[in-house]
Amino acid sequence: MTEKYMIKQLSIFINNEPGRLAQIAAALKECNINMKAFNIAESSGFGVLRAIVDDPGRAYRELSKKGIIVKETNVIAIPMTDRPGGLLEVAKVIGDANINIEYGYAYSDKNKASFFFRVDDASAAVSKLLAVGMRVLTETEI
Amino acid sequence: MYWNQKTECMPEGKLKKLQYKSLKRLVNDLYSFSAFYHDKMKAAGVRPSDIRSLSDISKLPFMNKSDLRDNYPTKMFTAPGKDVVRYHVSSGTTGKPTLVGYTKNDIEFWTESLARALTSVGIGSDDVMQVSYGYGLFTGGLGLHYGAERVGATVLPTSTGSTERQLELMMDLDVTAIACTPSYLVYMGGVAKKMGIDFQRDTRLRKAVLGAEPWSENMRQHIENELGIQAYDIYGTSEISGPMFTECTEKKGIHIWSDVCLVETIDPDTEESLGPGQEGELVITVLKKEAMPMIRYRIKDLTTIIEDKCACGRTSPRIKRITGRTDDMLIIRGINVFPSQVEHTLLQIPQINGGQYMITVDRIDSLDYMTVQVEMRPEAFSDKIDDMLKLKKHISSELKRYLNIAVEVELAAPDSLPRFEGKAKRVKDRRKL
Repeated sequence: MTEKYMIKQLSIFINNEPGRLAQIAAALKECNINMKAFNIAESSGFGVLRAIVDDPGRAYRELSKKGIIVKETNVIAIPMTDRPGGLLEVAKVIGDANINIEYGYAYSDKNKASFFFRVDDASAAVSKLLAVGMRVLTETEI
Repeated sequence: MYWNQKTECMPEGKLKKLQYKSLKRLVNDLYSFSAFYHDKMKAAGVRPSDIRSLSDISKLPFMNKSDLRDNYPTKMFTAPGKDVVRYHVSSGTTGKPTLVGYTKNDIEFWTESLARALTSVGIGSDDVMQVSYGYGLFTGGLGLHYGAERVGATVLPTSTGSTERQLELMMDLDVTAIACTPSYLVYMGGVAKKMGIDFQRDTRLRKAVLGAEPWSENMRQHIENELGIQAYDIYGTSEISGPMFTECTEKKGIHIWSDVCLVETIDPDTEESLGPGQEGELVITVLKKEAMPMIRYRIKDLTTIIEDKCACGRTSPRIKRITGRTDDMLIIRGINVFPSQVEHTLLQIPQINGGQYMITVDRIDSLDYMTVQVEMRPEAFSDKIDDMLKLKKHISSELKRYLNIAVEVELAAPDSLPRFEGKAKRVKDRRKL
């Protein structure tokens, strides 16, 4: 039962030209979508904005309606301690569990830090992490 | 120096008589023996007996690239298969290529035409000529090869690519003349510099016959000064045989051999004939073709006919440097590309909205680069960058397969490319020629 650990991430396609991010940001604002964490991956000629938002289901529907290319992807979130070595602790567990990370990014504020990452089979990865005693965050915890 | 002084310097009146005789015979033959030309002339309401003077050519219907496409592959051929000795293929306006065929005599007059041209720029049996046009389906490589051999030059058939090797051979074999696209020669110059080769000091190259793409007088100056050589313009298309005509050493227009071809210019919109000195669309009638005759072929290049006698003594009319085109064909690294071919290819790729695209052409370090922006369909978007790169690569290799040139593809979001009311302007040609 790993379903509750699946964090819905929105991925948005961005044309590689000045002003495109602002256009996407304006759409997010118009739809009243708040982002908890995001990153922008750039490749040759285009970019992908990946974001963890409040109410991803509603955000997905509203952005799609606006003609924006958006996709829902399951990622995994795990808490990190916000001090030197924090990443090492979790990365070691993930590595030892033989899980290959496709990409990842982090969020931190005064109280907590979270690591969001995508793997090929999120459900299998969550099971492995839980089995070795790793804490995995649910949607309500982030 | 002339290759065929009698014909090249024939008095104008005699030349015109010769042209009339050839035209008359051609029209008679085609009307009697070719269903294609018979129907075409009938539809235009013209009979062979209506051709009573050279100027009556204006009564004959035009031919277009679409005739070649609609009659692909050999429906327009007027020679039996056993007499056809060669094919060449170039890109057509859509998915179908343009096929041209040659009899032994067709190859002969093409070669003769180039022999006269090469002689007129001083290339002969003392020369070593490097042919850096593509060999194969393209007419440039084999055409120049035959022409250079005919004048007795030693031919070095390097074809395109492997520039360092081409330069080494050029030095080792004392190459004195080269045939290629102007941009490739400039590119070679750049590579030579990087290799520490000084063209003027280290090579014996003195003459270049350049064409297959539009170029300018400025580029000629640049090439001549930079490389210390004489650069001559060459002209032709596969429909009339291939590259056939060049400037002479006067560099004042390209000599069109009157016994081979009859040139006219027309107003591209009204299709009315224009006189010498007036710029218009070039229309060529090939007087000697057997396998695939061309009567009043609209070549879509813009130029001006010069009828005054050239200081070199040759009496043939000349055409000025091509100033542009009347259709949307792009010439990229010497290869013809029609936006319609790009569209045709894109429409077959389900992951994209093939009807919406933009083509940009740039010239960087004298080489042409084509970029095609395409609108992705929402379903095709993947959060994995790898998948997106794979899609890009797939589109680019499909374009390469159809167009025969490398194309950079940029993915764009749906509805993000410009929409056009009325005539779409999907091409941005940023090359400064």
